[in-house]
Amino acid sequence: MIEIQNLSKSFGENLVWENVSFNILDGETLAIIGKSGSGKSVLLKHLNALLYPDQGEVIIDGHKLFELSYTELRKIRQKFGILFQGGALFDSINTFENVAFPLRYFTDLNELEIRKKVEKALEMVNLVGSGDKPTSALSGGMRKRVGLARAIILEPEYVLYDEPTSGLDPQTSQEINDLIIYMSEHLEITSIVITHDMYSVLQIAEKVAFLDQNKLSWYGTLEEMRSSTDSSLLDFIKASEYQI
Amino acid sequence: MEAIRQLGQYATLLYHALRSILEFSTYRKNLFQEFVKIGYESVPIIMLTGAFTGAVLTLQTAYQLGADTLLPISVVGSIVGQSIIIELAAVIGALVLAGKVGARISTELGTMRVSEQIDALESMGFNSVTFLVVPRVLSGILMFPVLYVVAAVMGISGGLLAGSLDGILLAAEFMQGAREFFFPEDVVFGVVKSFVFGFVITSISSFKGYYASGGAEGVGKATTQATVLSCIYILLSDFALAALLL
Repeated sequence: MIEIQNLSKSFGENLVWENVSFNILDGETLAIIGKSGSGKSVLLKHLNALLYPDQGEVIIDGHKLFELSYTELRKIRQKFGILFQGGALFDSINTFENVAFPLRYFTDLNELEIRKKVEKALEMVNLVGSGDKPTSALSGGMRKRVGLARAIILEPEYVLYDEPTSGLDPQTSQEINDLIIYMSEHLEITSIVITHDMYSVLQIAEKVAFLDQNKLSWYGTLEEMRSSTDSSLLDFIKASEYQI
Repeated sequence: MEAIRQLGQYATLLYHALRSILEFSTYRKNLFQEFVKIGYESVPIIMLTGAFTGAVLTLQTAYQLGADTLLPISVVGSIVGQSIIIELAAVIGALVLAGKVGARISTELGTMRVSEQIDALESMGFNSVTFLVVPRVLSGILMFPVLYVVAAVMGISGGLLAGSLDGILLAAEFMQGAREFFFPEDVVFGVVKSFVFGFVITSISSFKGYYASGGAEGVGKATTQATVLSCIYILLSDFALAALLL
């Protein structure tokens, strides 16, 4: 379980958000939505201590994230997989090695076992036979799918998705959405998805957190969102041209 | 104020690098790759730089001494040999490598930073400093003295060749002069210098790249700063070492 308590963050004099508090229960899929620049990715990076807040706490399975030593933090981070916005693939190695990377450093698997696991992960993201490709030869959608395969290769408890469908065509977006649903249902992964794509939200999310005007403007289940009268939330959804 | 903040950040990065130096298994593979990139791949440019420095120095020394000098002509070999060993092989080589090695390191790490590859490493539970910075700095410290020896040998060879081809002095005369003023402690001084220059270039470039921000423009800025700062600190540390050790 992830508990976010009174989190505030500024960059210099620019307030990103303040007093953000909500919980993410094990196994659920939460979508964090909001306009560009509302601090969604900044919030996501706090869940893995890639950024530190000005005040507040993030508690992962009872551990106060920002009070951990670096060694303890590294252990907690291994509970997470992150799909970064651009994939964040290592461009000095090929697709196969990118996915195999965590296995080589954090497991004692032999080469044959690594190959089997990587091929299974690549099959899961519909990239069979792409292992030999350099990452520079991959399209945007393929990069995200490789990033996803790498994020789940160590079977993490939590997967953080940063704009998983942004910049993708509708068909590829649908494939990514299907993968997120598959991860959640079959691998019992807790998913936190940053997006401004309401179509994705309606497909994958169980709960929604809406960041607006430097705060957590709205939080609730998908059903509650459908019946919400919150004007800023409704404006955001209306601008997305989706009927709920 | 900004300079003090950056100095603190640089010291913190080095502290983290030093603390994780025993985690050899994490950076072993990268270390050997850096040996090749910093050491092996720099040999051609260092050979070229060394040879031409020695050749030009020989011609200029002969010109400055003039035809009517009372000194024996073998003194050209003494001046060139000692200048190359004490100063030029280390400093000229380091200035060239500040461009080649320093720019590569800061661009590589800067690009990894702005494309979130460093965040990806950290998020997996890696210590990115151990993985990326330690092998680069360690490789610089270990490879620069080797490159210094290559530059010195090529510098003396270039001087010898230029002197004999230009008819200034015979190869035997050049070597006689060079041997007369060859002191092993000068080589030790050159090695110490190159060791320090290797550290200066790789640590500054790693620091600038590791903390780069602001997309392609930010990486370009980091690379420029890394190269300029490396050159400035090479010259400053050269002066400091000369004042301390000579």
